[in-house]
Amino acid sequence: MEDLTTIPDYGLSWLEASGDHADIVLSTRVRLARNLQGHAFGPRARVNDREAVLRRFRESAAASSNAGKGTLLQMADVGVRARRILLERRLVSRDLLGDADKGPPLGAAVLLTDHDPLSVMINEEDHLRIQSLVSGLRLQDAWSMVDRLDEDLGQDLPYAYHHEFGFLTSCPTNVGTGLRASVLMHLPGLVLTKEIGRVLQGLAQVGLTFRGLYGEGSEVVGNFFQVSNQTTLGKTEEDLVDHLDKIVRQVIEYETKARQTLLRDARAVTEDKIWRAYGLLRYARTLSFEELMNLLSGVRLGASLKLLPGLRVYTLNKIMIFTQPAHLEQAASRDLPPIESDAHRAAYVRRILATEGDVQPGSSGDDDDSARA
Amino acid sequence: MVCDNCGAGDAVVHLTQIVNNEMSTFHLCEKCAAEKGLETAPEPANFPLTDFLAQMGQEDTAQTPSSEERCSFCGLTFADFRETGRLGCPHCYATFEPHLRGLLRRIHGGTQHMGKVYLPPDPSATEMEKRLEALRRKLQRAVDAEDFERAARIRDQIRTLEPAG
Repeated sequence: MEDLTTIPDYGLSWLEASGDHADIVLSTRVRLARNLQGHAFGPRARVNDREAVLRRFRESAAASSNAGKGTLLQMADVGVRARRILLERRLVSRDLLGDADKGPPLGAAVLLTDHDPLSVMINEEDHLRIQSLVSGLRLQDAWSMVDRLDEDLGQDLPYAYHHEFGFLTSCPTNVGTGLRASVLMHLPGLVLTKEIGRVLQGLAQVGLTFRGLYGEGSEVVGNFFQVSNQTTLGKTEEDLVDHLDKIVRQVIEYETKARQTLLRDARAVTEDKIWRAYGLLRYARTLSFEELMNLLSGVRLGASLKLLPGLRVYTLNKIMIFTQPAHLEQAASRDLPPIESDAHRAAYVRRILATEGDVQPGSSGDDDDSARA
Repeated sequence: MVCDNCGAGDAVVHLTQIVNNEMSTFHLCEKCAAEKGLETAPEPANFPLTDFLAQMGQEDTAQTPSSEERCSFCGLTFADFRETGRLGCPHCYATFEPHLRGLLRRIHGGTQHMGKVYLPPDPSATEMEKRLEALRRKLQRAVDAEDFERAARIRDQIRTLEPAG
């Protein structure tokens, strides 16, 4: 059985809050869907299709300098908790894990390359999903990494390709480039000023779509929105990526303006919301994941507006990942029932904030009028 | 749908909670949602693929393949596709090509792929030329963006494809 603890920080470089606008844009992801000729797509693939896809991919990846040595994890060989950790780190999809009773589909695997933010899911809905997940707004970088690995693999693998429709995929919404680029944004300013509806409508008009934190079908939690391209056919990959980049930068501008409006017109209320959120996180004894996400949203806004001096975005990103159920269980080395999980979550947050996120009230200068009066 | 909390109001907020890795959904009326401190998020712009598929059956019966029509490679019928929204294999695109073209136009606004050109092993001269054309466009973009590292890599790719001399 694969032991994920040998690579404890794997796939977490996107947490480092290093890319552009990292306070508003958590991460950028670009993925390409590819399929091999002569084999049914994921949902209809038989045992021999799945085995052949995995075998051929392994051979090609071994020859690619862009895949490096890497670690190939076959989902069936990975323990249940480790699988959930991969999911919580956004390195694999729910589909790749299969349903709880049956377990992962045969041949389901993920290659984590040496080049940290680049990975490939094998035998998902499409035979291959090549993806890169990086910190901040870095669409060009993410695309470039994915493109290079795709070029390597494409020299060797017989991709399913149609002269008119381009790269063929299981779902017709991915056909053509097979490219989905998405940016995870934190937009509390637009939500609090109630401008968000208009912005989201605008996104639809320019061919973009949005989802919640955990991708397709998930709800919006903690004011996090994943913005991505809606169409994949009829434009070049570079056009799709540039268009998303341009629009995301506009949304960042709107968000920044909304935050300025909040500070100008509702400073006291905004500061109160932020400090209450910080206080709860700092001292609460139990926290559900959802409550945590909503509080983190307030604290993140405070850190970004420099109302909580000394608090780094990196710390907040880390809290988001390590307080998910499987991560807490990993740290506790045992399964945790919900109530215990909520207590462990609160304890983790208290510890992290005490060691790397201690903010002194009053240190932001103007928030302590009563004490001065 | 009535509110899960008070059983009276009309449920407008649909909350999905993940507790101990188990997902559960609550349907709440505006009042109960507000009491729980939830704000109504705007509806996501859903992608109506299933609507498209449903429409296809109605508006254009002449063009809709009979449910019996079957992909000779994987055995998928058009009815299967309409139900799941997923094609079965690469060959399905050829089997259902005339019907898919209309669908792709509605989803993507067109049917002609403009992105990377895949070069099969043993390519024809036309395929070579198409690939080169796409690479030259990409090179121009990289140069315009002053991404010279990328430009150099694309130039190398072009060199390996161009006929010697």
